[in-house]
Amino acid sequence: MKVGIKVRNLKKYFPVQKSFLENLLSRKIEYVKAVDGISFDIKPKEIFGLVGESGSGKTTTGRLVIRLIEPTDGKVFFDGTNIFELDSEELRRFRRKMQIVFQDATASLNPRMRIGDAIKHPLEIHKIGENDEERKELVFEALEKVGLSPPEVFYSKYPHQLSGGQRQRACFARAMVLNPDFIVADEPIAMIDVSLRAQIMDLMIKLKEQNNVTFLYITHDLATAKYICNRIAIMYLGKIVEIGEKNEFYNNPQHPYTVALLSSVPVPNPKYRPKRIIPKGEIPSPINPPPGCRFHPRCPIATKKCSKEEPKLRKVNANHYVACHHAGEITLPQY
Amino acid sequence: MKVEKLRTYYFTRYGVVKAVDNVTFEIYKGETLGLVGESGCGKSTLGFSIIKLVPPPGRIVDGKIIFEGKNLVEASEDEMRKIRGKKIAMVFQDPMTSLNPLMRIGDHIVELILTHEKVTKEKALEKAEKLLDELGISRERINDYPHQFSGGMRQRVMIGLALALNPDLVIADEPTTALDVIVEAQILNLMKKLKENYNLTLILITHNIGIVAEMADKIGVMYAGKLVEFSESLPLFENPLHPYTEALLEAVPNIKLSEQTLKWIPGSPPNLLNPIKGCRFAPRCKYAKKICSEKEPELIEIEKGRFVACHLRK
Amino acid sequence: MEETEKPKGILVWPIVKLASLTKKGWPGWTVLIGLIIVISIVIMTILAPYISPYDPNALNTGPLFEPPCPAHPFGTNHLGQDMFSRVLWGGSTMLQVALLSVLICFVIGVPIGLFSSYIGGNLDKVISLIMDSIYAFPGLILAIAIAVMLGRGVVNMALSIAVIYIPSYFRIVRSQVLTIKEMTYVEAAKAIGAKKRTILARYILPNVIPSIVTVATINFADAVLTAAGLTFLGWGVEVDVPDWGWDLYYGRQYLPSRAWWIIFFPGLMIILLALGFTFIGEGLSEILNPRLREGE
Repeated sequence: MKVGIKVRNLKKYFPVQKSFLENLLSRKIEYVKAVDGISFDIKPKEIFGLVGESGSGKTTTGRLVIRLIEPTDGKVFFDGTNIFELDSEELRRFRRKMQIVFQDATASLNPRMRIGDAIKHPLEIHKIGENDEERKELVFEALEKVGLSPPEVFYSKYPHQLSGGQRQRACFARAMVLNPDFIVADEPIAMIDVSLRAQIMDLMIKLKEQNNVTFLYITHDLATAKYICNRIAIMYLGKIVEIGEKNEFYNNPQHPYTVALLSSVPVPNPKYRPKRIIPKGEIPSPINPPPGCRFHPRCPIATKKCSKEEPKLRKVNANHYVACHHAGEITLPQY
Repeated sequence: MKVEKLRTYYFTRYGVVKAVDNVTFEIYKGETLGLVGESGCGKSTLGFSIIKLVPPPGRIVDGKIIFEGKNLVEASEDEMRKIRGKKIAMVFQDPMTSLNPLMRIGDHIVELILTHEKVTKEKALEKAEKLLDELGISRERINDYPHQFSGGMRQRVMIGLALALNPDLVIADEPTTALDVIVEAQILNLMKKLKENYNLTLILITHNIGIVAEMADKIGVMYAGKLVEFSESLPLFENPLHPYTEALLEAVPNIKLSEQTLKWIPGSPPNLLNPIKGCRFAPRCKYAKKICSEKEPELIEIEKGRFVACHLRK
Repeated sequence: MEETEKPKGILVWPIVKLASLTKKGWPGWTVLIGLIIVISIVIMTILAPYISPYDPNALNTGPLFEPPCPAHPFGTNHLGQDMFSRVLWGGSTMLQVALLSVLICFVIGVPIGLFSSYIGGNLDKVISLIMDSIYAFPGLILAIAIAVMLGRGVVNMALSIAVIYIPSYFRIVRSQVLTIKEMTYVEAAKAIGAKKRTILARYILPNVIPSIVTVATINFADAVLTAAGLTFLGWGVEVDVPDWGWDLYYGRQYLPSRAWWIIFFPGLMIILLALGFTFIGEGLSEILNPRLREGE
């Protein structure tokens, strides 16, 4: 990948399912505005973190960026090509370049397919390799790359014969076998045991450095994002509220929501006395997001302007953008 | 509470799963015990054993659970029914499915109170409203149904239900695992506050080392059904005695550190159906010696208040 | 977490597989017992021409209404036909009908279910409506109606039973497909670029098969009973074909008097055959379903 991925004004609205009676009583269709106009760039050979809580739209964004679902509006440029303008055959061939690893490794693997066959299948679809033997070799390579060794043994196993960590690595092997430029990793370690998470994280870093893979790392876990990401973006209720290079982001967060998130993360050190900034109330429904800045009803420093005018992402530093009228007015409590 | 040589096994058609295998520890009133471990270590089963709600095909096979002078293992189901809720309460992991979707929140609390205490319905209702205040839920929502609450609020209700009868001991099984980070922080703050107000003894079961660092006075580390280390919180973090504890702490990311190298533990999780001979952690332990695969280490008090089950620490 | 590789040798593998069934606890035993029953009856039916002491249709092989005795272990009926021979031969029709009807259901019901539910939309709604209507009809009555229209004979019996069973296959397949369609591994298949028909064939169908197998075995059991019922009512096979259903029909008339053996042994065989299939089905469904959900 040379230029990277450019997301421009991406939107995804899901129509709300209504009951029969509700449909009779009101004609208005309501939408869950899962992703409501976001724009960002992912540079080649970086791990870009997309962080948010539930309802933020991060998972939907991950699916949109590789066109597993169709957008309501917006563009996604992959090295200059708008993937939403590809026809179905072109898209299928494009899938070689962009892959995804899901949160639930067990659910991502066909229980009736051996691991080897599951990883070989992408090769068959895209007609890579002259014959089955060659494809098998490529599968062995992929298995070695993710640490499932000896590959011959793992090739013939079924998913239920593998542990959770091994299954997720198999999913990475499947994603890697096509030598993609870009992988979306949607909470890949959330369901993995704590003592094995670093193995997957190190794998992603290795794939980035040695195989030139660019990652979109979707998570709610700011601690792991700090470990592997180069840049981080925070999503709240369908919007991006802050994007920054890692160190700048963690040391100098500007958006009140970011500050609240960072102050809430539990720290594995008993001497640490948390000083938390907890926004009041709860995440509102994405069907009717608050007017103006979406965070304003919960924000400790919200003013009248915040309820009327939606803040746009603006630059505060080199490589650091915030969408807030009062950026920087709340700082992270030190301990 | 004193747990002595507790064994809880699941008798499945594939064999016997030794989920809790000879666990011994003691906690004092007002303390918070953090039971940590990864999936399959037996911590949840231990929690269920204490309140005697182990689902079939599991059951307590051996050992004692001494609580307020009584051995709960020998208590009858009738006796346990009086204890549950009133003396020992449990907060479950998944707030989505733990509440009856057809019952209003207020009814959940009121019914619980009325089952155990001889008070009038009005008095119970009053208590319920006061409880909601303490939980940070507005009183008007007492007539709402569970589906109208968010995950965080439902979990708060679960905590409320656990506390409604002023129990002495609360067991919380992964109370914040299903919640977002900010909601989790709210729940942790709530638990701390309630613990102080009511002088609760809390057993916090989790795999999240960060939570345990913040909340626990004492920590018990479990692996493959065994208690491998038991100690006060600070000494455990500063100087972990068991290789597994050490490895676990090295695997947890700390957001406050600018540079960090995370490690992971090679090998596979242990097989609970056919446990190996000797120390269960030996295959993955970087310090393992010959004796580790021959003889199972016992939990020994190395220093005052610090227990570890490892041959290398004698 | 161990699994044996397929050993070489065609005969060795089934025996090893059967032996491994016993390791699976009570469902394994259930399947094993069911298989033993069914296979025994099938072997008995196949060997009937060789081991049957008399021609099942031969009249007056002994005194009429002879109770079980060394010469006639199952006695004789009102025509002097040897019941033992009739029992040996009588399963043939039922097995053929059951097999044929299951085959027809598979070939028709499964593909319709697959495509209808995967494509969805109005097509799915219409087909579901048709299937539900057939399903709502009381089975035996519908089978009788169709058998009356088509006439007697093995193929016609199979067809009438198949018609009432296809909706069951359709429904099971459809409900499975609707569930599996949402599974992450189907999404993963889309992500690697698989075409719709590949997804159906390699990702959805193999996961639907376990439930179909269960329905099929219950189908066998029910087909056996329905076939017996149809013959009993006179709409099954021709009169001169030895069949347990016929023996029930004639035996019923003579039951009150004394000759219990005319109805007893054929009836027992019908029950055994149906039971055998049911055991297989129940055990299989218990084995297959937990396996699919097996996690850490």
